[in-house]
Amino acid sequence: MRAALQLSEAGLKTAVLSKVFPTRSHTVAAQGGVSASLGNSEEDHWTWHMYDTVKGSDWLGDQDAIEFMCREAPKVVTELEHYGMPFDRNADGTIYQRPFGGHMSNFGEKPVRRACAAADRTGHAMLHALYQRNVRANTHFFVEWMALDLIRDADGNVQGVIAMEMETSEIVVFQAKATLFATGGAGRIYASSTNAFINTGDGLGMAARAGIPLEDMEFWQFHPTGVAGAGVLITEGVRGEGGILRNSAGERFMERYAPNAKDLASRDVVSRAMVTEINEGRGCGPNKDHVLLDITHLDPEVIMSKLPGIREISIKFAGVDPIKAPIPVVPTCHYQMGGIPTNYHGEVVVDGKPVNGFYAAGECACASVHGANRLGTNSLLDLLVFGKSSANSMIDFIKAQPLELPELATADVERSVARVERLNKQTNGVAVNDARTAMQRTMQAHCGVFRFKDMLAEGVEKILEVEKMVQQTEISDKSSVFNMARIEALELENLIEVAKATMISANARTESRGAHVRDDAPDTPETPNGRDDANWLKHTLWSRDGNRLQYKPVNLQPLTVDTIALKTRSY
Amino acid sequence: MTAYDPIELKRIRWRSRRGLLELDLVLERFFAQRFDSLSPAEIDAYKRILDLPDTDFLDVVNGKADLDDPEEAAIIEILRAV
Repeated sequence: MRAALQLSEAGLKTAVLSKVFPTRSHTVAAQGGVSASLGNSEEDHWTWHMYDTVKGSDWLGDQDAIEFMCREAPKVVTELEHYGMPFDRNADGTIYQRPFGGHMSNFGEKPVRRACAAADRTGHAMLHALYQRNVRANTHFFVEWMALDLIRDADGNVQGVIAMEMETSEIVVFQAKATLFATGGAGRIYASSTNAFINTGDGLGMAARAGIPLEDMEFWQFHPTGVAGAGVLITEGVRGEGGILRNSAGERFMERYAPNAKDLASRDVVSRAMVTEINEGRGCGPNKDHVLLDITHLDPEVIMSKLPGIREISIKFAGVDPIKAPIPVVPTCHYQMGGIPTNYHGEVVVDGKPVNGFYAAGECACASVHGANRLGTNSLLDLLVFGKSSANSMIDFIKAQPLELPELATADVERSVARVERLNKQTNGVAVNDARTAMQRTMQAHCGVFRFKDMLAEGVEKILEVEKMVQQTEISDKSSVFNMARIEALELENLIEVAKATMISANARTESRGAHVRDDAPDTPETPNGRDDANWLKHTLWSRDGNRLQYKPVNLQPLTVDTIALKTRSY
Repeated sequence: MTAYDPIELKRIRWRSRRGLLELDLVLERFFAQRFDSLSPAEIDAYKRILDLPDTDFLDVVNGKADLDDPEEAAIIEILRAV
């Protein structure tokens, strides 16, 4: 919507296609804020923000894009304020800023107040401010439309998308001089995910089918304790209040992994221990796929007074009253760092060159500013900065094009229609739910928060088997009007591309870096925490065709300042 | 089952896909357990609730806020219970 606004205000005819009403996209779930070195509460500088982001990325982020984002941050936040965003304020009227994990002053010295928020509804408020402004600028919204495939001509230039109107199942070509994907992440590839059901990586699936590689897909942020089977997060405060993690034997297993800190060990240590217990057969439940978070020993008064929200979540989403029984929990996927490869202008880049007419921004894109690990509040900033920069690139590109649209290339259109036809005509096929469950269980077990060499290798075989199931999905409802079965089958065809990219990229990257942590990456002086800069300081590029992997160097050269030199990442 | 317009019912089902996971989970259960036994008037009330922004909708489902309209409040009671 940030890009659409820029385009409409420049007087261009702009169409926004969305599966759901635009203010109900998953951005609504972002609570924390948007970071910018405004320095309203204490001294701050964009170079400090840049340092934190490079360090957070475990040096996998491209330093030109990170400099651009951090330098632009105060500008785009101030613009958003002028659009009517109801930021929290200081007494003097300036935007109130609060501290957030990983954001520090003076190159990592001490926490700094950099996050700008609108109560705990920052994403919601941002969507509303941008939507209102777009309506004013006459952006044309096509709501409840699902884009199916990208259209490229024989030279690879992008001509638009083919899309389906949900109300009628009518398939229509949207030919455009420039096309931007802002389709979000694909967290639903995992069995346990905080992502809403709409987060099915549609843009990534479309890009992959159109021959665009996906970058750094092995990097996903996880939270250690989500409710098993639901994904709703249980705050780490529960362990702070005395919550204990137990395996199927009832054992307090953290005593073995962290004898001193036990259940209060850091996120990565806790996640690693949980996954190890599950992998070694000590998981709980019929599928032995989770562990238990036990607070039954706490005084019910303490639970009621200090953890009321957690009791509600547990009763509602785990069906368990934590006063009486432990909560089933599992490491839970939250954010996708990889995506469609772009530069900081928002142009999609393949083989070092921009793809004419194709742009991407937000969680579906990989600029790459988050590298191997995203800092909180940088994702909303990513939307604003790269939404705007990609729109500016689109304006320049469109102005240089002839007035008339070129002749439409039909090969991709035919392929896309054939894909829907296959689904409509499939008999003796696989149920969509069965294929999706197989994919989610495979990803969770073989490519979760903590990864093992043999499990990954097996996971590659398994996910390719699941792909065969997805190619034979069958729907019993063949009707045309709001056919949710068809929509979910088409979404699954996008998810499976992301799942393959993730598994295959993770299997190949034999180091640990940021959110990609492997059991077999040795911690040595040359490879601290398993990070192997000599061999793996590079971006992964997975192509759908033959599951081919290629690599490209990380850009360590910022635009105007000195390189932030490689260091061990520790906090 | 009611004589509700079947096309409208399918539209309502899709519009129950939301931006927040918690709502997706609650509404999925609501459809599995309760939606088919609603009266047309109750479905109308549910449709009005769907127009709420996700954050407000979740607050109401979580009991942090209430709706004034008695028909809508009755649907919310069902959502709180599923």
